[in-house]
Amino acid sequence: MSGSFSVFSRELKLAWSGGGGAALPVGFFAAAASMTPFAVGNEIGNLQIAGPGVMWIALALASLLPMERLFQADLEDGTLDAYAGSGVGMEGIALAKTLAHWIATGIPLAFIAPILWIMLQGPPGQVLFVIGAALVGSLAFFFFGSIGAALAAGLRRGGLVIALVTLPLYVPTMIFGAAALYAAAGGGDWGQPALLAGAVSLFGIATSPFAAAMALRMAID
Amino acid sequence: MALEVENLAAARGLRVLFEGLNLRVSSGESLELRGANGSGKSTLLRILAGLTRPHEGRVRYSGAGAGAGAGDEGDAARHYLGHLDAVKPTETALEQARFWARYFGRPQDVADAAIKRVGLANRKAVPGRGLSAGQKRRLALTRLLIEPRPVWLLDEPTAALDTEGRALVMQLVAEHRAGGGMVIAAVHGEGFADSRVMDLSALKAAA
Repeated sequence: MSGSFSVFSRELKLAWSGGGGAALPVGFFAAAASMTPFAVGNEIGNLQIAGPGVMWIALALASLLPMERLFQADLEDGTLDAYAGSGVGMEGIALAKTLAHWIATGIPLAFIAPILWIMLQGPPGQVLFVIGAALVGSLAFFFFGSIGAALAAGLRRGGLVIALVTLPLYVPTMIFGAAALYAAAGGGDWGQPALLAGAVSLFGIATSPFAAAMALRMAID
Repeated sequence: MALEVENLAAARGLRVLFEGLNLRVSSGESLELRGANGSGKSTLLRILAGLTRPHEGRVRYSGAGAGAGAGDEGDAARHYLGHLDAVKPTETALEQARFWARYFGRPQDVADAAIKRVGLANRKAVPGRGLSAGQKRRLALTRLLIEPRPVWLLDEPTAALDTEGRALVMQLVAEHRAGGGMVIAAVHGEGFADSRVMDLSALKAAA
């Protein structure tokens, strides 16, 4: 237990010290959302149709960006060997690393989401809901992403493999999360899709460390 | 305690590295693994460390201190130091040693003492990327000192080390054995004092 917890706090520190690990995903998220009005035209109707969906896609892809390095650096420098050879379970390591990276990157993503929401003509009264939805959504994206990250850890240029493995796993969160955002934007009842998105997130958190650990054990074999 | 290996076989792809390997190492002993590059020394160490699954056969840790966790594969009984040093470029030497102390649930001053022991006291505030290959290896050695464990599995522990560093490794191994520990190490060149030797190239030639 002390093993996983120390890995968690180390990863949190490393994520911030490495020149701002959150900068690229947050920049990508902001850029994708701010390009949208130029692409779909600035009529209010267009943005209201495209905005929530584009924002959710941008959040998913921004969450995918840090995945390539999630386990790769530890595999390359022998840290994973040291963890695995000392008897701390790989499940705990995968959970600790994914959670730390979500805190370092996923939370900043969630906190710029309301700005992008307003930019995309979303109703300002819903910004708290948008933060919550982005928190829940990015949790799912990070944890399902960790499976792809673990599978591709031993590959050169594993980014494409991560996308191929991970995007199908993103689909339920994509459907329910975007549905909740559209409901919130239209003033409808967002409760049910939001709850379903939350359930998918919980499922991801509960299962992905086991899948990632299995993939990591294969990677170091 | 003892480490027993029964009828072990390992393959990399289609190439058989060794088969029918039997081995028993007990407390206080050291075993040097020798052989040409690619003869399977590192693979054998990784199998003993539980990182790589053997093609055939089994590894058993037995006796006091072998650890009694589920599976009981000696997880808590051994240290594995591979040829990669597990040094992070952005953390300082002392931070990394202290991380391993927390990881193993040991007090922080153990890490400080280990840094001194491996001769990094005046480099402890330097981030990993600023350490030379030998200094990184010394930093990796601190793991052995931070958490006392009976079985040390070392893959070319003296690689990249200077004369003084090699003497340090010999000294650490001798102290570890005197304290009832065991050491299995892949070695080229100078070996440990009073050590058993297994030549994997010769083993394969005989088979």
